[in-house]
Amino acid sequence: MASTLDASPPPLPQPGPLRSFGLWLRQPGFLSASPVLLFFLIGFVGPLVIVLGFSFLPERTFGFHGDWTVENYTRILSDSYYISFLWSFGLATATVVCCLLISYPVSYGLARVFGRWAAPVMLILVIPLFVSENVRLFGWYLVLLKGGGILAGSVKWLFDLDTGTLLYSNGSTLMGMIYVYLPYTLFPTTLGLSLVPRDQMDAASDLGANRWQIFREVELPIAMPGILIGSLLTFVLAVGAISEAKMLGGANIVVVAHAILHEFTYAQNWPLGSAISMFAIAITGILVIFIMRRLDLDRLLGRK
Amino acid sequence: MAEGATILRIENVTKQFGKLRAVNGVSLDIVDGEFFTIVGPSGSGKTTLLRMLAGLEKPSAGDVFLRGNRVNDVPANKRPTCMVFQSLALFNHRTVGQNIEFSLKMRGVSRAARRERCVELMDVVRLPQDYYAKGVTKCSGGERQRVALARALASDPDIMFFDEPLSAIDYQLRKFLEVELKDLHRETGKTFVYITHSLEEAMVMSDRIGIMQSGRLIQIGSPDEIYTQPLNKFVSEFMGEVNTLPVQAGTDGKFDCPDLGTQLVGPSPSTSANGSQTGYLVIRPESMRFLNDPSEADNHIKGSLFNEYAMGSRVQYHVRAGSQMLVVEKLREMAFRGSVNDDVIIGWDVKDSVLVSD
Repeated sequence: MASTLDASPPPLPQPGPLRSFGLWLRQPGFLSASPVLLFFLIGFVGPLVIVLGFSFLPERTFGFHGDWTVENYTRILSDSYYISFLWSFGLATATVVCCLLISYPVSYGLARVFGRWAAPVMLILVIPLFVSENVRLFGWYLVLLKGGGILAGSVKWLFDLDTGTLLYSNGSTLMGMIYVYLPYTLFPTTLGLSLVPRDQMDAASDLGANRWQIFREVELPIAMPGILIGSLLTFVLAVGAISEAKMLGGANIVVVAHAILHEFTYAQNWPLGSAISMFAIAITGILVIFIMRRLDLDRLLGRK
Repeated sequence: MAEGATILRIENVTKQFGKLRAVNGVSLDIVDGEFFTIVGPSGSGKTTLLRMLAGLEKPSAGDVFLRGNRVNDVPANKRPTCMVFQSLALFNHRTVGQNIEFSLKMRGVSRAARRERCVELMDVVRLPQDYYAKGVTKCSGGERQRVALARALASDPDIMFFDEPLSAIDYQLRKFLEVELKDLHRETGKTFVYITHSLEEAMVMSDRIGIMQSGRLIQIGSPDEIYTQPLNKFVSEFMGEVNTLPVQAGTDGKFDCPDLGTQLVGPSPSTSANGSQTGYLVIRPESMRFLNDPSEADNHIKGSLFNEYAMGSRVQYHVRAGSQMLVVEKLREMAFRGSVNDDVIIGWDVKDSVLVSD
């Protein structure tokens, strides 16, 4: 019996490369994905290719004519545009760090402590998302406004104190970003933490691990995919943030998205704007690929 | 093996979860080196009791003493005990070696010493050495059991706790692992406290058995004592299939059995658990016999053969008598030759019956 089972089947005839590509195209997965694929090609990849093309054209060109050049890219580094990159990536990093520090305890509560109160708490966190980001930021603007702002006005009325304002500072920009992007860190982190089995934590404790060791050896590694996804989402969104710096930061600093907007509108320099865009996409893309390689989506979705 | 010093003593331990009293005033002495099994149906509080012994749960009332020291407030990570969980609770993101070495790593044992101990343990639980770097998710059910066992043994605990580790395993492997576990107990000489809902499993392995029912430990004894002298109907029925006949003390020392519409001879009421006027007569299926003549046994009942079931080495017969369905079991080679709906006479001797209370 065993010998018949061990015998390997005769090798199948190998189709030629062209034919195997045809077979691949005819797979049901590819067929059913093709409408979405087409949509992405036309609506997403197409414009990006155009932007990529523009980034290699000379200054103030509005059509595909002229000589190819890399001058726009060298300008990013030689002119002060790199400062925008430093600000954007710096602020995004700070946002991710702060969001993680705030999210972790809240996630822990949502996943383990709150029990039946988890759903209402979650709802409270979600409801503001129904309001547009700009409106919510304008709300903060009204709160922080000097003199007549809700915060300063209330303090004046209650304690007869004149206070300064936090508005138009880098601190308030960061606060606005944390406020807007917190849910993107919070929910994946909560999902990650809720994947940590209770009995594995019990087992770790039983095997002599203290609270910190349980966190390091069991909780963090298992929750890591969720935490990474949350950080990634937050980071990518925060790199492209513009309203916070404009509205709450008073355009003290020019973030990347602001610089791009400036080049495309006020400065009428599409090629430079395109080059800044491509540069931002490239840096973010490299970071995303680097993190995604460490991530096991199947495990996060509970398929393994 | 029940002699020796008490290693673990619990006094009047109670655990309350909201309105639910999961464990209700349990007292127990566990002797150093014994294999003690707590048996009970799901919801009887046995897991909660075990978690309190391991330090994963604090008693609401009562005390736990480990070698004479009160350990109520000592958390699990500071107790010289280790537990094998029902789910095994292996660290799936780690390898076999990392799982087994976990407790040593937590204690700051050097990498080389950990490795050495791990190799030794993998031998003890019969895991191939090349599994060291294998992910635990890639191991089979039986292999995962062994990893969990080795992991719990690694820190050389005084007491090993087992929370139904074999319940999710198929019958054949379970039988095999039961024997291995008992051998491991013998080899290590450690105290094993095991919980299960299967009295059969408990019988195979244990030196002593405690039966739990609704948060209380209702009977403690050797497997033999539990088998031959069950405290009540609950314990006797927990043993597996038995014939339980409700009876009332009748005239001239006999018992009335309304279900069968007849009088039965049983053990004298004074030998029953509490000498009450009503109770149950318990007769094991293997003590029941088919009779050619009513005089062949102390008790006889006329009935009709309802069905027969081949069970490998044994054959089981269901016999309808009065409003009862009685179970008779024979070895296959001593099988009764009869067909369905035949009128039969079955019987048993007084010495094979036990009178129990409700």
